[in-house]
Amino acid sequence: MSRFDIYMSGVGGQGIGLLSEAIIRAADYAGLAVCGVDTHGLAQRGGMVESFVRIGTLTTPLVRKGSAKLVLALERTEALRAVELFAAPGGTLLYYDTCWQPLSVRLGTEKETSAEDVAAACARLDVRVIPVRTELPDVRMQNVALLAVAAKEKLIPGVGVEHYEKALADLLPERALQGNLKVLKG
Amino acid sequence: MKSLGDMLLNTGPFSEIVLGNTALARAMIESGTEVIASYPGSPTPEIGAALMSVPKERRPYYFEFSTNEKVATEVACGASLNGRPSCVFFKSVGLNVAADSFVQLSLLELNGGLVAILGDDPGANSSQNEQDNRHIARLAYIPVLEPASPAEAYTFYLEAMKLSRKRKMPVILRMTTHVCHGKEKVSFAGWTPRPIGSVPAFDSSAGPSIPLTTRALDMKRRAIARLAEVAQETDGSPLHELREGNDPSKGVITAGLPFRSLVDVLEDAAEKPDILKLGVVHPLPKGLVADFLRSHASVKVLEELDDVLEREIKALAFDLGIRTVIVGKTDPEDWIGEYTPDKVAEVLAKTWPSLVPRKRAERAATLAPRPPQMCPGCGHRSAFHAIKQTLAKEDITVADIGCHTLGFLPPYKMGEVLLSMGHSTGTAAGLSLFNTTRKVVAFLGDSTFFHAGLPGIVNAVFNNHNLTLILMENGTTAMTGHQDHAGSGGNANGPADAIPVRAVLEGLGVKSIREADTYSQAKLTAMVKEAVAEEGFSVVIARHPCMLKYTREQQRTPGYVRKSVNIDQEKCDKLHVCVESFGCPSFQRDEEGRVVVSEELCIGDGSCIQTCPAKAIGVKKVQEGGGKA
Repeated sequence: MSRFDIYMSGVGGQGIGLLSEAIIRAADYAGLAVCGVDTHGLAQRGGMVESFVRIGTLTTPLVRKGSAKLVLALERTEALRAVELFAAPGGTLLYYDTCWQPLSVRLGTEKETSAEDVAAACARLDVRVIPVRTELPDVRMQNVALLAVAAKEKLIPGVGVEHYEKALADLLPERALQGNLKVLKG
Repeated sequence: MKSLGDMLLNTGPFSEIVLGNTALARAMIESGTEVIASYPGSPTPEIGAALMSVPKERRPYYFEFSTNEKVATEVACGASLNGRPSCVFFKSVGLNVAADSFVQLSLLELNGGLVAILGDDPGANSSQNEQDNRHIARLAYIPVLEPASPAEAYTFYLEAMKLSRKRKMPVILRMTTHVCHGKEKVSFAGWTPRPIGSVPAFDSSAGPSIPLTTRALDMKRRAIARLAEVAQETDGSPLHELREGNDPSKGVITAGLPFRSLVDVLEDAAEKPDILKLGVVHPLPKGLVADFLRSHASVKVLEELDDVLEREIKALAFDLGIRTVIVGKTDPEDWIGEYTPDKVAEVLAKTWPSLVPRKRAERAATLAPRPPQMCPGCGHRSAFHAIKQTLAKEDITVADIGCHTLGFLPPYKMGEVLLSMGHSTGTAAGLSLFNTTRKVVAFLGDSTFFHAGLPGIVNAVFNNHNLTLILMENGTTAMTGHQDHAGSGGNANGPADAIPVRAVLEGLGVKSIREADTYSQAKLTAMVKEAVAEEGFSVVIARHPCMLKYTREQQRTPGYVRKSVNIDQEKCDKLHVCVESFGCPSFQRDEEGRVVVSEELCIGDGSCIQTCPAKAIGVKKVQEGGGKA
């Protein structure tokens, strides 16, 4: 199968690790070669977190700038940064439209990134943009809300909702699984 | 949910998607590693998490988080002297702490074998430098194996332990951040559980194990001889890989993750050089490298961080009279940062400009990077906010390693110099000499207090230094994922008696000790004011449990009620103390300058309420129902 590079970003604490591993496992259940890597370190303390997943190649998990056919972001500011750095022309940005203001915005020295800023960058870079914002029983399910749209819109070629389901079943304890599956299947 | 512990103990051959760090834990089990010790530090703590995921009574090994990397090394060394296959693992800079004992390991007869896993951090993702630990391997006469992927981490560990047991010498497995954290499917072999023997096999006649007088030199002779044997044995090792390209005039010698980046980048190249990937990077496989040099007109040494291989390869070519053009690092940037595919493309272009066509557009972000920060509810934030009220602008604050290091960032700017774990009291002592005008305040976390903080404190008492130490006690090793420490009431094997920080300080002879919960900000401010006014060495224990850990535990409890603060916009005078000075990330600012609370972030701890001069902050209940995700 052809290469499919995914770049993910968010703020530490948003659950990007689960999102990334769910995609890796789903791709594996779909019979695809897949590898990935998270960059965390200090990131769980509200810094930027990123994760790379590559499908159809095992050369290296690290994605090159400008080559991700799918960019997933859990936060609007990080969505803008991610798309500018990593989205491939013709690719897609799927992001959860919430804002965790960076310090500069909270200090009043910079303006908050708006959905229009993100849309403009996507237009400039020839990237399709899908913002997501939905009622959720728990804010910690925003990562799975993105996965639900990725599944429904078939954003990752060859990976279907049944694969994501199996992946989540591997990763979540029973008490959390049912609620998340409900979000996944809409 | 799949159980990590069950997977690690699986007796049949199987394959699973794992982290590099998890693959290492499985390799330890398969190889019969009996004693494992560590001190937590990124990129390696998930090895410990994997080992601890097996219930204690089912563990076919003993595992501990020791008080520091040096002690961990000694525990592994002692166990190996007793005939037990042993392993120690820690982060890059942990080796500096361990070094005093670590450099002695190769002088001993390590009967059981000992593998040291070093987690180097190119790019300094979560470290204070990006030091290249291959240097210390040379200094200590220890072989180094370097895997490039989780699958290799598994097989290389098995090989490292085999080699170590055969030669009774230490072997280093050098990991780097993205090899530790890489995730892929790894095929594991079967494993047969064996009971751990109860015979302590230490035999002093197998030594000498005391490197004093002329014995030290004999022991060094033995270490060097063993290293030479390893060089011979591993020259033809299948751990090395030769990958042919289609341009026989050019070759690249590389190792580890840069190899994977190179293969990726060369997919764009029409004429691909041959690649020699070294699996054993020390001692250099001289025969293999010489053959590779001789068969190419031009060879690039593609090496992350320092020029360790480059120097050895050039020296080898000189000794053997090989005339191949050898190109290593070409400018200072080649020494810096992780060798990602983008970086490798840049580095290669400096040597062979037309090798990889430049068809990629430059990409840059318009936004500034988002630095990490203290979590909502963090006790350190309350502490910094309170302490700042009483220190003068010219006073000097010394940071240490831990979550509280993040206090150096705006808006707190507390902690202006940082060296290493536990340095703060010593550095502060130096700053206090011939200084009668600027107060000196040092910070230290509680895990670091036990790790390397004690000698500096003893020194401050012993030599009567004039400074105030603020012990930021949160009851855990928070930065690396909440591991227990000597003062936390547990260890890797279950509950344990906590060693109280205050009793230790009293025992060390500290006369001036004050304690406050950091949420009692006014009290803490007053205490620090008194403490810095005193002559001599004073300690203020600024205590509050890690709220990230606490909140996660609460969220798993049935009946948990999610809370948040809110701002009464009628009362708010837009003074912005909450958002600009206290700086909790839950406070956000809208376009009219109104402050709103992000309910996604706020944990409702209320530590901010006391900071509002207009008394506009209150607590509300957001959502009931615990035990969700």
